Amino acid sequence: MIAFVIRRLLQAVLVMLAVGFVGFSLFAYVGDPVSIMLGQDYTQEARQRLIQDLGLDQPFFIQYARFIAGAAQGEFGISYRLARPVAELLLERLPATLELSLCAAVLALAAGVPLGVYCGLNRDGWLARLLLSVSLIGVSLPTFLIGILLILFFSVILGWLPSFGRGDVVQLGGWSTGFLTPTGLRALILPSITLALFQLTLIMRLVRSEMLEVLRTDYIKFARARGLRNRAINFGHALKNTLVPVITITGLQLGGIIAFAIVTETVFQWPGMGFLFIQSVQAADVPVMAAYLMLIAFFFVLINLVVDLLYYLVDPRLRIDKGAAGGHGGH
Amino acid sequence: MATKLGRMARLAFAAGAVALLSAAATTADARTFRMSVSGDANTMDPHSQNAGNVTLLLRQIYEPLVFRGKKLEIEPGLAASWQQLEPTRWRFTLRPNVKFSNGNAFNADDVVYSIQRSLHEFSQYGIFTDTIGEAVKVNDLTVDIITKIPDPVLIDKLTQVYMMDLEWSQANNATRPQNVRGREEAFTGRNAMGTGPFVVRSREPDVRTVLAQNPNWWNNAARESNVTEIVFQPIASAATRTAALRSGEIDFILDPPVQDVPQLQAAQGLKVVIGPEVRTIFMSFDTSRDELLYSSVKGRNPFKDIRVRTAMYQAINIDAIHTRVMRGQSVNTGSLYPDAVNGYSKAEDKRYPFDLNAARRMMREAGYPDGFEVTLDCPNNRYINDEAICQALVAMWSQIGIKVNLLAQPLATYFPKIQRDDTSLYLLGWGVPTYDALYSLQALLRTKDGQPGNGTWNHGRFSDPDFDALIDKIKLETNADARRALIAQVNKLYHDRIPHIPLHHQVIPWAMRSNIDVVHRADNQLEVKWVKVN
Repeated sequence: MIAFVIRRLLQAVLVMLAVGFVGFSLFAYVGDPVSIMLGQDYTQEARQRLIQDLGLDQPFFIQYARFIAGAAQGEFGISYRLARPVAELLLERLPATLELSLCAAVLALAAGVPLGVYCGLNRDGWLARLLLSVSLIGVSLPTFLIGILLILFFSVILGWLPSFGRGDVVQLGGWSTGFLTPTGLRALILPSITLALFQLTLIMRLVRSEMLEVLRTDYIKFARARGLRNRAINFGHALKNTLVPVITITGLQLGGIIAFAIVTETVFQWPGMGFLFIQSVQAADVPVMAAYLMLIAFFFVLINLVVDLLYYLVDPRLRIDKGAAGGHGGH
Repeated sequence: MATKLGRMARLAFAAGAVALLSAAATTADARTFRMSVSGDANTMDPHSQNAGNVTLLLRQIYEPLVFRGKKLEIEPGLAASWQQLEPTRWRFTLRPNVKFSNGNAFNADDVVYSIQRSLHEFSQYGIFTDTIGEAVKVNDLTVDIITKIPDPVLIDKLTQVYMMDLEWSQANNATRPQNVRGREEAFTGRNAMGTGPFVVRSREPDVRTVLAQNPNWWNNAARESNVTEIVFQPIASAATRTAALRSGEIDFILDPPVQDVPQLQAAQGLKVVIGPEVRTIFMSFDTSRDELLYSSVKGRNPFKDIRVRTAMYQAINIDAIHTRVMRGQSVNTGSLYPDAVNGYSKAEDKRYPFDLNAARRMMREAGYPDGFEVTLDCPNNRYINDEAICQALVAMWSQIGIKVNLLAQPLATYFPKIQRDDTSLYLLGWGVPTYDALYSLQALLRTKDGQPGNGTWNHGRFSDPDFDALIDKIKLETNADARRALIAQVNKLYHDRIPHIPLHHQVIPWAMRSNIDVVHRADNQLEVKWVKVN
C-alpha cells in the first residue's frame, strides 16, 4: 500500500516535469511578453535590456531548467503582467476556484446519482425519458452559453441572482471564503450550476446505464427470488456495484472541474485561478501560465491517486488480489 | 399545478420587486457609482504603465499640473498658471493650499520629484517628459521646467504626468516607478495617494476597488459630482458586462460591445452616449523592400508603385465597412487623425472615391492586370471589429484581382510580428495621447533613423525625404500658426502620396443607467468628478 503510494507520487513528478516541458515549449509561441511590457513607445536598448533581465536571451533548455529548479523550491518567479510573485497570486485565487469546484462537484454528485438511479429503475417512465432528453442539452451546450443563458434568465430577466463576481468574502487566515456571507452564497449558485451541469448529466447517464446493466445480472434476479425488498436490492446490491466506474469518472471529472473552471470563471468574472490563467495568456505572462499548468497537473495526479485508493474501499476483490489492483488502477 | 406555479410566480415577482426597491433605496442614499470595464489596472503606480485601464483608475486619485477640460482643452490643474520665459524654460506657478489626502501640502519639491520619477528608466511615461532636461524649484510654489530642445507640446504632454507626494514615497520606499520586469514588488503597485477628488478605500485587484470622496480635495467647493463612492469592478466577458448593466448591478460600462449597442439603446432604464475617439484605423504597406516577404510578385515590390496603392484605395467601399462591419459606429476619413488633434486640416480630409473601374485601370497601368497575391497581417482583439474589417477588405480587394491571404492573430503575437517589420501589408489603429499631429507623424511616417521617436511604428519602413524635412521642422517650430501651416503641408502630402490607406476614426459608445450623467471625452477616459447620479 505505502509502496503503491510512493510509486504513484514518483510517477506524479514525472508527469509534472513532462507537463512543465510541454507547457514551456508551447509558451515560446504564445507571443512576446516584452512588447506587451514595454507599451507603445520604447527604444531598442530598453527592449534589449528587458530581454536580458528576464533571461529570455538564454536557450530554451536553460530557461526550462531554471524554471524547474525554482519550482522545486516553491519559487515560481514574478508575474510579468502584475509584477507580483506568482505563488502568491495563485494562492490568492486558489480558494475561489476550490470553493466553486467543490460546490459544482457536490451538486453534480448529489443530483446526478439519484437522477441516474431513478432513470435506471424507471427507464420507460415519461419523467425518465424527459430527464434523458434534457440531459442531452447539458452534454452538448458549451459551458459559456449555459452561463450566459443562466445570467440572462436569473439576473437580467428575474433579477434574483448576481451576474458576476463572488459577492462579499470573509478572510479566514489566508483563505477567502464566500460560504459565510449571504451575497457570497448567492454568488455561488449560477457559476456552480454552470460548472456542474456537464458533469451532472454525465454522471446521471453513467449511473443509469450501469444500473440497467447490473439489474440484468443473475445475482439481482436471485436477490429478487429470495424476496428481498426492492430498496435493499436497488441500493444495497445494484447501486453499490455500479460505483467503481462512477468513482473513476467522478474523480477524473473533479480534476476536470478544477481545470475547466476556466470558462465558467471567465463568464462569471469569478476571481479564481482559471480566470487568472486566461488573463495571463492574453498578456503572454509565461511564469503564471507555467505555474498554473503545473498546479493543475498536480491536482490531476493527486485526484487519480485518491481514486485508486478509493477502489480498495469499494471493491473487496482488489483487497484480496493486489497484483490485479495495479493493473486495474493503472489507467 | 397551474395555481401553484402562479403562486410561485407572484412570490417571485414580489421578491424581485422588494429587491429592486431596496437596491434603489441604497443607491439614492449613498450615491454610489458602480463602474466596470473589461480589465483592471495592472498597477496603481502613476509612472509605471502607460495604459488606458491604468489611467482610468488613477485619474480619479492623482492629478497632473495641467488638466484637460470637458472638450479636451488645456486648463490649469495643480499649476494655476504658467509662462514660457525662454524657448526652453517654462515657469509654473502652483496652486496654493493643495493637500495630498494624507494631509501633506503639495509643493515644488513634489513637482520636481514627480517629474524626475517619470523620467526613470522603469517608467513608460518618459514619452511625455522626454524633452525635459530638469525641473528646478524656484520657491515653494514656483517651479521651472527646462527642456533640452524647444518643445511646443510640453504643456499637452504634462497633462499625462501625475504628481506624487515626495514624503509619502520616501516613507514607503517607492521613489522610483514600479519595475514591471521587477524582482521585487513595489508598494505603489497596490497603493495610491494623491491630491485628487477620490481616495482609495479598499482594493482587491481584478475584483473590486472602492474609492471614496476626498473630503480635503482643494476643489471641493466647486465639486460638480454628487458621487460619494466609486465601486470599480472589472468584468472581462463582454456579454456578462452588458448583463450586469442590464440587471442593475452596474451603473456604467466604458466598453460595451459594438453589436450590443442597439439593444442597449432600446433597453428601458439604460442609455448610450456615443462620441468620437482619437484613434484612427488605417492600412499600411511595406514600401521599402525590393521584393515583398509575403507575395506572389517576385523581383519587384508592387506597393512601391503609387498606382497600386491608389487602386487598393479606390477598391475600398468605405460606406459598406461603416454600415455593415461597424454598424454605423465609425467616422470615415481620409486623414491620419481626427479633428480633435492639433494640425488636422479639413481640406485634406477627403478620400479617393470608391471606383472599381478606376481601380482596375490603375492595376492594368501598373502592370498587374491579373492582380497578385499578398498576405495581410491583422490583429483580432485590439481594435473594434479589427478582424471583420480585414475580412471585408479581403473581399473588396479580390474585386481588382488582389488575392489577399488574411493572417489575423491576437495582439500578443500580432504586434511582435509587425514590430520586427516582418510584414507586407498590415492594419493599425493609432491614438494620439498628446492631441498633436507630431506624435503620429513622427512615429508612423518619419524615416527610421535610430533617433528616439523617429519611425518607431513605421513598420512598412516608409521613407520620403519631403515628409522627413517637414516633420523635422515641425519638431522645432514653436510659433503655433507657423507650425500648423507646416502640418497642413504634410496633410496634403499624405493625401497625394498615399503612404497609408486611412479607413475610419473609431467611435466610442459608453453605456449607463438612465439616471447617470457623464461627460463623454474623446480620450475614452471617464472623469468621475463630472459624474452625476440622479
